[in-house]
Amino acid sequence: MHRILSKRTLGPKIREYVIEAPDVAKVGKAGQFVVLRLHERGERIPLTIVECDPQTGGVTLVVQEVGKSTQEMGDRFQEGDSVLDVAGPLGLPSEIERYGTVIGIGGGLGIAPLYPIARALKAAGNEVIGILGARSRDLLFYEDRLAAVCDELHVMTDDGTYGRKGFVSDALREILVSGRAIARVWAIGPAIMMKVCSGVTREFGVPTVVSLNSVMIDGTGMCGGCRVQVAGEAKFACVDGPEFDAHKVDFDLLMSRQRFYAEEEACAVEAYLAAQRREGETK
Amino acid sequence: MIEPKATPMREQAPDVRIHNFDEVPLGYSEDEAVREASRCLQCKTAPCVAGCPVGIDIPGFIRAIKERQFGAAIGRIKEANALPAVCGRVCPQETQCQGVCTLGKKLEPVAIGRLERFCADWEADHEACTPAVHAPTGKRVAIIGSGPAGLTAAGELKRRGHDVTVFELLHVAGGVLMYGIPEFRLPKAIVKREIDALRRMGVRIEVNKVVGRVATIHELLRDGYDAAFIGTGAGLPQFLGVLGENLNGVYSANEFLTRTNLMRAYLFPEYDTPIKVGRRVVTVGGGNVAMDSARTALRLGAEESFIVYRRSEAELPARKEEVHHAKEEGIQFQLLTNPVEFLGDKGRVRAVRCLRMELGEPDASGRRRPVPVKGSEFEIESDTVVIAIGNGPHPLIPQTTPDLALTPAGNIAADAVSGATNLRGVYAGGDIVTGAATVIEAMGAGKRAACAIHDSLCS
Repeated sequence: MHRILSKRTLGPKIREYVIEAPDVAKVGKAGQFVVLRLHERGERIPLTIVECDPQTGGVTLVVQEVGKSTQEMGDRFQEGDSVLDVAGPLGLPSEIERYGTVIGIGGGLGIAPLYPIARALKAAGNEVIGILGARSRDLLFYEDRLAAVCDELHVMTDDGTYGRKGFVSDALREILVSGRAIARVWAIGPAIMMKVCSGVTREFGVPTVVSLNSVMIDGTGMCGGCRVQVAGEAKFACVDGPEFDAHKVDFDLLMSRQRFYAEEEACAVEAYLAAQRREGETK
Repeated sequence: MIEPKATPMREQAPDVRIHNFDEVPLGYSEDEAVREASRCLQCKTAPCVAGCPVGIDIPGFIRAIKERQFGAAIGRIKEANALPAVCGRVCPQETQCQGVCTLGKKLEPVAIGRLERFCADWEADHEACTPAVHAPTGKRVAIIGSGPAGLTAAGELKRRGHDVTVFELLHVAGGVLMYGIPEFRLPKAIVKREIDALRRMGVRIEVNKVVGRVATIHELLRDGYDAAFIGTGAGLPQFLGVLGENLNGVYSANEFLTRTNLMRAYLFPEYDTPIKVGRRVVTVGGGNVAMDSARTALRLGAEESFIVYRRSEAELPARKEEVHHAKEEGIQFQLLTNPVEFLGDKGRVRAVRCLRMELGEPDASGRRRPVPVKGSEFEIESDTVVIAIGNGPHPLIPQTTPDLALTPAGNIAADAVSGATNLRGVYAGGDIVTGAATVIEAMGAGKRAACAIHDSLCS
């Protein structure tokens, strides 16, 4: 059992949890993930590590309530409660080196996994330019945390309610067009955002890393459900990644595979909400 | 007069069982077990014992059944085998103990597997016999992986008085017994029972423990373990490498079975993990895992379930019993057939393009090599495909132990008898060493390695 040490709301349906997992907290690195299971009937949820505190044994995770399990976690798991399983760290850590000037892009929930990478890049002596993007002001989080580890921070919202109106790829293009020497780009977020950013950096020949969140079961190399096509070869996001060379990733395949269970996910949410309503009525 | 035929075991009827996940064979009654035990000749040479990878005293336990000493019978088995309820169900007895049974030269061999299963199930309904544990030696052994090899090694080492901790990276112990072999062939409650028996002996099992990442093998040895045994299995699914293999609806057998067995997707949405089975399921491969997948597909509601295998029936690597059960359930066999491409529609597989094959000259494996028949291309309409053509070594320990010697195929290089690797104090056994094989062979390797570890710790 793993106790929830703290829980706070970062935005609508976006919550940050610090969960007690001392093994992971001791060795977890930027770019790696854990698999979490709420209870006996739960699915294995892969979540990228945001922060590890070896002293308290706490592992910080940011969860967006998009499906049944994440919604249930938000509704029913409070500070002091425990989740059944946390396994990790899984996957390969980000390759942190002194590259020079680097750009870190976080779109939507991708801001959370970007944070430890930006922090590690900064600590390694890089000049770090951060670009954060969200659909709207209320969905933006961690601006302060990123500001603390970036030399320069650009904030974009799709609707212009905060920062500049536009997409992260617009800010990325402006920087590359300006002619600044960028050694490497990290782009983490929805598959479509990573695809667009990857297209921009390809034009300018800037090496780019993306973190792929394909559908996983075990997260340890055993099911192959998370396979992605990289440079024409099937790779497992869980053990060969989750980070890959963006210019070699088949994003269309990734998006198609991510959608495969949409129907079942909707059905699970519906069944969950119906159960919630019944519970509410009997109370 | 000895009965020429083995005492049959009652089974669920095929038309009933394809709609449930309950076990297919129902077990022997006490009288049936005694009747079958009476067929044993108790021959002096006992070739069956040598035919058993863990060397169970087979005539001994059968004699005890015949005398209705069922408690003594299971005690005798457990001296050599920590997982009798599992082995009685999934061992290929026909090529091991029963394959060399003296009675089998003239008549049907004694149904040793069924008798073993009977004893284990009898014990579950009566008082459990926990094997005696030697006084503590003060030596600590880490076991990585809680599949058949690891559990066997753990039991053997614990019996000899060593302090044993098993590390499992999934959320339950049992390895392939839990995620791979379906409920209808090996009920998960039975696996849990056998693992609980090990826990009662004092074996510590830690789940969700990712050895390699939270601690490397070297760190375990540095932090107080006197030896380590690696039994991490053949968990990495292999694919055909043909076009369309990443379409939605194309599963590895590992994924298809893990969703169903470990995550209980057949109870979705009561359980959270979904699976999509479709109407027409094609399973590629001819081994036990392929049979398990094709039969699972039917139980998940597929209307038709096909096995596509490139050689002929005689070469099917699956146990005869599994093929028989599959046929009884209506699985359709497309033999001498090789898939060459998966065709899709809107990202989902819709058909498998196949070639007919014929058998040519024997290849390296000694089996006749299948060669394509020119112009024989055809399609099988299918909305779900399961690739069950084997698994490679689980990557995590080799990936995180760079100085561990591997074979050219990527398996851990270990001594065939002792399991010793090139690293001092580190042993390995089971599928991670041999490549995908059987539960009992992995158990044999675990047992032999345990003996070698014990000798090294006591010398």
